[in-house]
Amino acid sequence: MSAPFYKFGMFGDEALLIVAFLLGIGFGFFLERAGFGSARKLTAQFYFRDLAVFKVMFTAIVVAGLGVFYLGWAGVLDVSLIYMSPTYLVPQIVGGLLLGIGFTIGGYCPGTSLVGVATGSLDAVVYGLGIFAGIFVFGEIFPAITGFFTSTAMGELTLPQAFHLSYGLVLFAVVLMAVGGFAGAGWVERRMAAKDAAAANAAAAQEA
Amino acid sequence: MTTTATRAVPLDAPVRSAERAEPHVRAAAPYSNPYLAGIGLGLVLLAAFVVTGRGLGASGAFSSVVAVAVEAAAPVHAAGNDFFAGYLGTSPLKTFLVFEVLGVLLGGFASGALAGRLHRRVEKGPRISTTGRFALAFVGGGLMGAGAKLARGCTSGQALTGGALLNAGSWAFMLAVFAGAYGVAWFVRRQWR
Repeated sequence: MSAPFYKFGMFGDEALLIVAFLLGIGFGFFLERAGFGSARKLTAQFYFRDLAVFKVMFTAIVVAGLGVFYLGWAGVLDVSLIYMSPTYLVPQIVGGLLLGIGFTIGGYCPGTSLVGVATGSLDAVVYGLGIFAGIFVFGEIFPAITGFFTSTAMGELTLPQAFHLSYGLVLFAVVLMAVGGFAGAGWVERRMAAKDAAAANAAAAQEA
Repeated sequence: MTTTATRAVPLDAPVRSAERAEPHVRAAAPYSNPYLAGIGLGLVLLAAFVVTGRGLGASGAFSSVVAVAVEAAAPVHAAGNDFFAGYLGTSPLKTFLVFEVLGVLLGGFASGALAGRLHRRVEKGPRISTTGRFALAFVGGGLMGAGAKLARGCTSGQALTGGALLNAGSWAFMLAVFAGAYGVAWFVRRQWR
């Protein structure tokens, strides 16, 4: 058992910042590779035209999830030392709804907006200013909503714990769901492309 | 959805001199296969878990910047607010997420440069003005900022990181994000399509 390296004191707080910077480079690089610096590419997900958001996200979740599971099982990684954000169910659902609405209206999420900014998207710059404004407003009203913010506290809670199932079984279900979702995503994309092509043909025929 | 589509959008912003001299000499490379990009992203996330014992994030860095700005403008007010005070300290910008986000900017820039995808542009469909797009971008960013704080993280810190750890709150959050995003799509379709 020697990982997480930082938790076992293999490097200090200053070096952690360098590591964070390097991880960020990898994160930003693959987001841009996927096309996630483009708001049109990202939002096409929500019109069923291009489901790359789903494909990339769930591939990453499956890869990292399986990696954590197998490294833990092999005794290399102490999974209990990985930080888990505690669950506050209702505020997280309401926050998620707000965030999803903001995603389609604004075209990005915080991480992808940075990639948009880095590659020259001016709307991503405006979007980033909007994030600052939203956080500022949230901070200003925070004293009034602290009760809601801390409501339905469930502590550190995993899906296997919540449903009284084994960790491996839930992870296996997630992998199956992802693979099924990938097949379904390809089918939806082909269907919508055919529909768009038919509509374009009909419009062209009307003009002629 | 190709990059040429976004390039065709007329820009009213000034064109950089280098671009004026050689307008789009290099054709932009196509985006990566989503599954390959997803594997890359997953390995970066796994590396974060193994090396640092925590996942990735983004919105927390925005919060640090806002808290520092509020403290500069009104120090007493910032100190008296539990939310802002939580992000403040002796060196509030020397955080994991602030450094990570600087890396995201560099990594995104590097990938865009290698693929010939760096150009000043406005991402929008053909049926909305640039001003209209900017207005919606600001509103959407605002909702995203507030929502991410209420949920204690965004697509990176909750959906991706918590998703891989099978975090119950993160999965509830993720379903809500997709519900909200699909639920509002019809109303803003003219912005994108």
